[in-house]
Amino acid sequence: MTRRITVRVNGVVETADVDPRRSLLAFLREDLDLTGAKEGCNEGECGACVVLVDGKPINSCLMLAVEADGREITTIEGLARDGALHPLQRAFLRHQALQCGFCTPGMILTAAGLLAENPDPTEDEVRRALSGNLCRCTGYRQILDAVLEAAAEMRGAVGKEVVR
Amino acid sequence: MSDRTPRWVGTDVPRVDGLEKVTGAARYTADLKFPRMLHAAVVRSPHPHALVRDVRLEAAARVPGVRAVAAGRDFPFHVGIYLKDQTVFATDRVRYVGDPVAAVAAETPEAAREAAARVEVEYEPLRPVFDVADGLAPDAPLVHPDLGRYECVPWITPQAGTNICNHLKVRKGDYEAALRRCAHVIEHSFSVPQVQHVPLEPHVSVARMDGAGKLEVWTSAQSPFTVRHLLCACFRLPHGDVRVVVPHVGGGFGGKAGINLEPIAAALAMKARGRWVRVMVDRSEEFYAVVVRQGLEATLVTGVDRDGKVLAQKLRYLWNCGGYGGYGVNVVRAAGYTCGGAYEFPNVWGDSIGVYTNRPVGSAYRGFGMQEIHWALEQQMTMVARELGFDPVEFRLRNCLGPGKSTVTGQVLDEHAGRVDLCIRKVAEALRWGDGRREPYRGRGLACAVKAPAMPNDAASSVVLKFCEDGMLEVLLSGIDYGQGLKTVAAQFAAEALDLPFDQVRVRGLPDTDLSPYDWQTVASRQTWATGNAVLRAAESCKRQLLAMAAQAFDAPASRLQLAGGRVLDPETGRSLPLARLAMGYQFDDGHTVGGPVAAAASFVPEGLIFLDPETSQSPKPVAKWTFGCQGVELQVDPETGRFTVERIVGCYDVGKVVHPGLIRGQTYGGMVQGLGTAVMEELLLDRATGRIRNASLTDYKIPTTEDVPQRLEAHFVETPQADGPLGARGIGEHTMIPTPAAIADALYDACGVRITTLPITAEKVLAALRAKAEGGPAR
Repeated sequence: MTRRITVRVNGVVETADVDPRRSLLAFLREDLDLTGAKEGCNEGECGACVVLVDGKPINSCLMLAVEADGREITTIEGLARDGALHPLQRAFLRHQALQCGFCTPGMILTAAGLLAENPDPTEDEVRRALSGNLCRCTGYRQILDAVLEAAAEMRGAVGKEVVR
Repeated sequence: MSDRTPRWVGTDVPRVDGLEKVTGAARYTADLKFPRMLHAAVVRSPHPHALVRDVRLEAAARVPGVRAVAAGRDFPFHVGIYLKDQTVFATDRVRYVGDPVAAVAAETPEAAREAAARVEVEYEPLRPVFDVADGLAPDAPLVHPDLGRYECVPWITPQAGTNICNHLKVRKGDYEAALRRCAHVIEHSFSVPQVQHVPLEPHVSVARMDGAGKLEVWTSAQSPFTVRHLLCACFRLPHGDVRVVVPHVGGGFGGKAGINLEPIAAALAMKARGRWVRVMVDRSEEFYAVVVRQGLEATLVTGVDRDGKVLAQKLRYLWNCGGYGGYGVNVVRAAGYTCGGAYEFPNVWGDSIGVYTNRPVGSAYRGFGMQEIHWALEQQMTMVARELGFDPVEFRLRNCLGPGKSTVTGQVLDEHAGRVDLCIRKVAEALRWGDGRREPYRGRGLACAVKAPAMPNDAASSVVLKFCEDGMLEVLLSGIDYGQGLKTVAAQFAAEALDLPFDQVRVRGLPDTDLSPYDWQTVASRQTWATGNAVLRAAESCKRQLLAMAAQAFDAPASRLQLAGGRVLDPETGRSLPLARLAMGYQFDDGHTVGGPVAAAASFVPEGLIFLDPETSQSPKPVAKWTFGCQGVELQVDPETGRFTVERIVGCYDVGKVVHPGLIRGQTYGGMVQGLGTAVMEELLLDRATGRIRNASLTDYKIPTTEDVPQRLEAHFVETPQADGPLGARGIGEHTMIPTPAAIADALYDACGVRITTLPITAEKVLAALRAKAEGGPAR
C-alpha cells in the first residue's frame, strides 16, 4: 500500500507514491537521490539528516515522508541559489569549519534555520541551536565562528566587529 | 625546490574538497546507488563467550527475497592485519557479544532482518573473562585456545596457552640497581575504560563478485590497499582479481583502519554472484560490534634522586584487548616502545601486555594507545613532583627528552627531533604558570604528549603526477582525505614544487586499487609527511621533463630555466612558455615535436628503521619520527555537585612546519574536544551478567556537543624542521587528543585537591572524592 504525496523540494514539485512507513530521509536519499542528508543514527540523536521543512530544521529520519505532504523542503543541495553559495556555505569554507563533511549538511541547515528565526544570535544561542548536531572532527570552534560570521554578513554587518 | 619563500605551503589556501562538502555533492559509500543491490544483515553472538555447536541456515534461506546465506563453515579463513586471530564468521567459538556468526543478503533490508532472525545457532556458554586481571589468572578460561597456531608477523609475540596476545618488554640500564640509589620511590595506578570512535558515518561496505570472478569492494575504510591485501590473504585471491575503492569517508579515527566489514560483504558477494551486497551497521552495532579502543590498567613506579631527576622508572601496561587482537596487538607494541613518553629515563623496566577478554574488539584509535599511557604517565609525573615539592613544570623540564637525550629504546635524539621543552614553556607561559594566582575551586594543569607513527618499517606512500592538455596538474594518490586535509596539503606541495597557481592543481579521487598508486594506510599521522614527500619527488621529475623540453624550445641550457607561476621562464632572455604548450610535448613551428606528455610516479618509504631487540626493545631508530607537544587546561569546579567546566585548553606542538594554518588549527581543536570527551564523559559500560554493552546508543553514550566546547581553544606551534619531512613537516593528527585527559585531571587537583585516576572524570567521582576529602580521607 502506498500513499501519494506532493512536496516541493528545493523549489521543484515532486509527486510520488510512497510507503507510509518510509521516512522523509529515505524518501529524499533513495527516491530523489538527494544524498546530502546523511543517516548517522536513524534515531534523531546526531543531526546529520537535518533538512528544512517549511524553513524549520527537522531530523528527517524522525519524520515520515507522508507527513511532508504539501510542505516545502530545502536540502543542502538546494541551499545555493543560482550557483551562488549561501553565506553559511561560504563562511564554513573560510573558517575550515568542516573536516570529514558528514555532519556538514545538517550543521549548515540547522544554522540556516536558526538565522532565519534569530538573525543576530549570541554565541551561546548558536551553541544551543547546534547542540543536536554532532561533529566528531572539528571540535566545533570553527563551526561556531563560521555561523557567527555568516550571521553578521547576512545582517549586512560585515566589516563591523564581531563579538564572540 | 628553490630557496624562495614558500608561496602555498604555510598559507590558508581553500580546502580542495570544501565545495563538494558544503553543497552535498560529496558522496560517501552509503550514498552510492548500485543496481539491484542486496541488503545484508549480520547474525551476532548474544553471548560473550560460548562454543558454537551448530549453525542452521535452512529456515533463513527460505525467507522470500533471500539471495545468500553464509556462516563460518563456508569461509573458515583467518583474517587480521598483524595477528590472524579472527575468521570471517565465528566457526567453533564466539568471543564477545556481537561476534559475527552468520550473515544473509536479501532484496530488502526487512527480508534480510527477518532471515537473520531465523538463523538458528546452538551455543554452549562458557565462563567469560572481562578484565585483564581475570584474563591473566592461572585458571583463566582461554579466549583463544589455538593462539599458538595463528599466523603472525615476527615482531608480535602471542603466548600460546595464555590470554596474552602480545608482550613487549623494555629493559634499559639497570632498573633495580638505580632504584636502590633513589631518595624517593613513588607508585601509582591508573585505568582507562574501553571507549568508541563514534565516527558520524557508521561502517559500510558494498561488494560484488562478477561472472568472471573479479571481486569489487566499495567501502568506508582508511586504506583501499590494505583492505585489498587482507581480503586477498583471507580468501586466497590474486591481488589482480580484487578491486577496492574508497569514496568519501565520514570519519575514521582508526576505527576504519585495517579491515572490518569487508570480509562479510565479500563472503556474501561470493554466494550471490553478480549481485551487489551492502553490509551497513546501525549506530548500535557501531558501538560494540565492529571495533572499540582498548582499555588499560597501568601501574607506574618512579624513583627520583634528591635533585628531582628520575633515575628509575617501572611501567606496567595491561591492555584489555577484547575478543580479538588482530590490530590491537600493535597498540600494545607502540605503547611499549613509547612507554616513557616525553621523558628521558636512564633506567627502565617496562612491560606492555595485551590480554584477550570477552569484551568488544580493541583496535586502532586516534593516538594508538598514547592517550591511555599518557593518562597514567603524565599524572604520575605531576603526582611525583607535587608529592616531593617540585614544581610540575620544572620537574618536567628537568626530565624531558630533547636533542642528545635517549628514549626508552636507547635512541639518541638529534637536533631534528622536535622540542618538547619549548612546547612546555609555551603552554606554561600561556597559563601564566607560577604567578601565584589562586581562586576558589579554579585550577590549572598541563600534560605533555609524544607519539611516533606505529607502522611496519616499510610502510610506503606513492603518488602519480600528470598534466592535462591545458597545463592543469592532476595528482593521484591513495591516502584517504577523511577531513584532515590530505588532498589540500598534497595540492599545496605540488603547487609549491612546480610553482603553479593553486587552482591549476587537481587532486583526484577516488582512491582505487585499480587506478591509483599504492599507499599503505591513512593512519599514524603519516600522510602529510609520507605522501607530501612522494609529491615533492614526483614534482621534481615533472620539473626536469618540463625544463628539458623548454631548453630545446628556447635553445637554452635547462639549468638556466625556471618554473614560474604556471610557465617556464628563461630569466636571461625573458622568454616564457605556458605549461599548456609543454604538457603534451613541445611542437616547433615546423611541426616536429620533442618530449611528450609530462607525468611522474614517486614513492616514499622511511629510511633506516631498525627492529627492536626482542628481549630489551633497544633500537637506535625504531620509528621514523616523533612529534612532541603539551596541553594546558583551566577549569572551574562546582563543589556542591562535583561538576566542573573546562574553560580553556591551550596546546603547543612541534610540527616541524605548519603547512596549512586553518587545517592544523582544525586538527588541534578537534583533537582537544575529542580528548575532552574521553576525559569527562566517554566509557563503554559492560553488563557483567550478560557481557552486553549497556550504553550502545548516542542517547546513552555521550560525545561532546557544541555546548561542551571550552570557551577558549588555543593552538600554538613550534617549527623545528623534521630532517626527512616535506619542507620540514611532521605528523600532528593524533597528538592533539593525547594529553587532554591528564591535563584536565591535574587542573582538577589544582582546583580542589582531589585526584582522579580512573577515566572518565565524572562529576560523581569528583563529588565522592570531595566528600571523602572533607571527611579527612585520602585526597584521592
